[in-house]
Amino acid sequence: MGLFILRRTGVMIVTALCLTFIVFFLTNLYPNLEKLAKTQGNFRMSDEAVTSWLDANGLLQPLPVKYGQWLGVLPGWTRSGEDGVTGRCFIGAKPASEAAAEPRYCGILQGDWGYSRVFKDDVSTIIGTRLGLTGKLMFWVLVLMVPSALLIGVLAGMREGSVTDRSLSTFSIITTATPEYVSGVIFIAIFTSSAVGLKWFKGTAASAMKDANFENFFLPVLTISLYGMGYIARMTRASMTEVMTAQYIRTARLKGVSFPNIVMKHALRNALIAPFTVIMLQVPWLLNGVVIVETLFNYKGFGWALVQAAGNNDIELLLGISVVSVVVVLLTQLISDVGYVYLNPRIRIS
Amino acid sequence: MEPLTTSEIILRVLYQFTPVWIALVIVFAASIAFKRRLGLYGKLFDSPVGMIGFALVMFWVFTGIFGAMDLIVTHDPLAQVSGMKNKPPGTPLRSPGDGEYAWYLLGGDNLARDVFSRMVKGAWIVVQIAPLATMFAFMVGITLGLPAGFYGGRLDTALSFLANLILAFPVILLFYLLVTPEIIATGVPNYMATVLFVFPIVFAAVLLNSRFYTQPRFRTPLLIGVLGVMTWLYLSLISTGGYLVNTPAVSIPALPEILDLFDVSGGILVVFVSVVFVNSPTVFRIVRGLAMDIKTRDYVAAAQTRGEGPWYIMLWEILPNARGPLIVDFCLRIGYTTILLGTLGFFGLGLESESPDWGSTINEGRRLLSRYLHPVLPPALALLSMVLGLNLLADGLREESLKD
Repeated sequence: MGLFILRRTGVMIVTALCLTFIVFFLTNLYPNLEKLAKTQGNFRMSDEAVTSWLDANGLLQPLPVKYGQWLGVLPGWTRSGEDGVTGRCFIGAKPASEAAAEPRYCGILQGDWGYSRVFKDDVSTIIGTRLGLTGKLMFWVLVLMVPSALLIGVLAGMREGSVTDRSLSTFSIITTATPEYVSGVIFIAIFTSSAVGLKWFKGTAASAMKDANFENFFLPVLTISLYGMGYIARMTRASMTEVMTAQYIRTARLKGVSFPNIVMKHALRNALIAPFTVIMLQVPWLLNGVVIVETLFNYKGFGWALVQAAGNNDIELLLGISVVSVVVVLLTQLISDVGYVYLNPRIRIS
Repeated sequence: MEPLTTSEIILRVLYQFTPVWIALVIVFAASIAFKRRLGLYGKLFDSPVGMIGFALVMFWVFTGIFGAMDLIVTHDPLAQVSGMKNKPPGTPLRSPGDGEYAWYLLGGDNLARDVFSRMVKGAWIVVQIAPLATMFAFMVGITLGLPAGFYGGRLDTALSFLANLILAFPVILLFYLLVTPEIIATGVPNYMATVLFVFPIVFAAVLLNSRFYTQPRFRTPLLIGVLGVMTWLYLSLISTGGYLVNTPAVSIPALPEILDLFDVSGGILVVFVSVVFVNSPTVFRIVRGLAMDIKTRDYVAAAQTRGEGPWYIMLWEILPNARGPLIVDFCLRIGYTTILLGTLGFFGLGLESESPDWGSTINEGRRLLSRYLHPVLPPALALLSMVLGLNLLADGLREESLKD
């Protein structure tokens, strides 16, 4: 088991390195840099001005060198100009003596995630706060989604082909067919707009960042959960129907155990092994939903930051965000694998 | 003129769809009459779920096709009519010209365009791109997944690593990185298209060669014919204005303009490429898993004993036996691709902002959502019903293919 986790961690690091390099490559293509220079400087810059601005900011170095500096395995660039020395590892121009005292390496490995040009703040602070907000959203999503999905799946799979099964299965198919931007829009239309007039909830979750309550937070949570819910419910249903036809269930029935007892004590445990992996693998999908819902409901979390960073080619923030999301994706895969082994006695003991 | 009442709107909308109804009735009558002779497709008409799904899907397919032929639409989806801004459904035009439809059936949007016509035209964009993109993704996934599952070993490790790499990317981040005007200017999508669109040719070449290589007299002309046509299509697809990539830095000449059959605009191409790119690794994983499972069967061992080559076994023994799950996944994946196209539109990526596709329309309408619902709901419900239809269709197919 230890070796397994170690190997997976190794693969995870290699994957993260490859992915960040791809992001680095795409964000550092010349047209993107040109756009960056023009948004930072002014839009009427001549080509020479763009080049000199990029050169002054160390953006014209070869790609592997820049990537190495961002990682922290190569020393950050320094450049001596008329008003002192500028460099990657400190802000503004400084006299040569002070600049020499600054650290030479500043990258991810040194804990320096860089500086966001759009938010005018350190990337690590931005990611920290935004991730906290999204964590809150995700927590409530899981609280709502997992129990209801399992309940729907178990109820539907308990008696295959019954009316309950048919109606609950239809419901789960409809939810998997409704992407967040459709369900979110429909919810906003029905529950918040003045055109329908129900006005039960708020159409924006901006106030939920500080003070989340039912009125301003339920719709975004519901929107994300619904899309994932159907899939988990269908998996649970499939695994439940399979368990319900097993020999030991028939034995229990013939012994005269009551139906609720069979479901609760005999079937449920074995039926919940498969959905566990599905739930964990669902987390990366939720990340997608988070981006859409945060944009739709104007909730300024991680997904919103992603959209802002990507829309404005904020290179270092984008890299930070991709590192975090890659780690989240791979970590959930690891947990799902480990958990599957742990939950399933047939694998654990052999 | 008076505005239309709700029932009049419904009747008139249903009337506008007349060609679709006729086409649907013909398809269903023909299919049910001959369903015993139509294999899996015919069996679909034994399951009510499958039939509902098929009806929904075909409804939008016909809507797309007839919409593109200007049969259903009432107005030009891009034309702005004065005085119709944000008007509710059933509002009459102020001064309709001769032969012009006198009402906006589902109202006008923020720029005074007809919501109904835009929704119909939006169906055409989805019907054009989604199945084709899914098909390309399947070609890539099958061509790489079969050998990975069949041979295993290093090849499998390397390809699986690549697939997991793409899967670990948040889809929206990938879209934001790939589908921007700046990236289009560097020609990255063209390079990706060049690589991704080769796979159907490779697939066809290996498929035919492995089957007919014992009859060289038949195989050689067949291969020359098929590959010639496919290569021509491929070159027309990837070259624009005589160039593969034409940026200030690099320009690679490709097919001359005289031979170029059709041009795909940069926006559509990049959307297409990124959707294929996102879908392929999942298909790869499914095909790989199926190949690993099926290669242990007796009929594969029998083929090996017969002395068949590996590619024959993969493409003519394993692939046909994996068709059930693959067909089901194909339906589900078209639905997922539709959702992805909507996502792109929702973030305003790729297609031009005035394009009538459903995602962009939802994105435009959501800003005024608290006051005007009618521009947003039709495309939202259209997308929902189309994806739902595909899911139901997949369910029906799965049920029917498990029966035997």
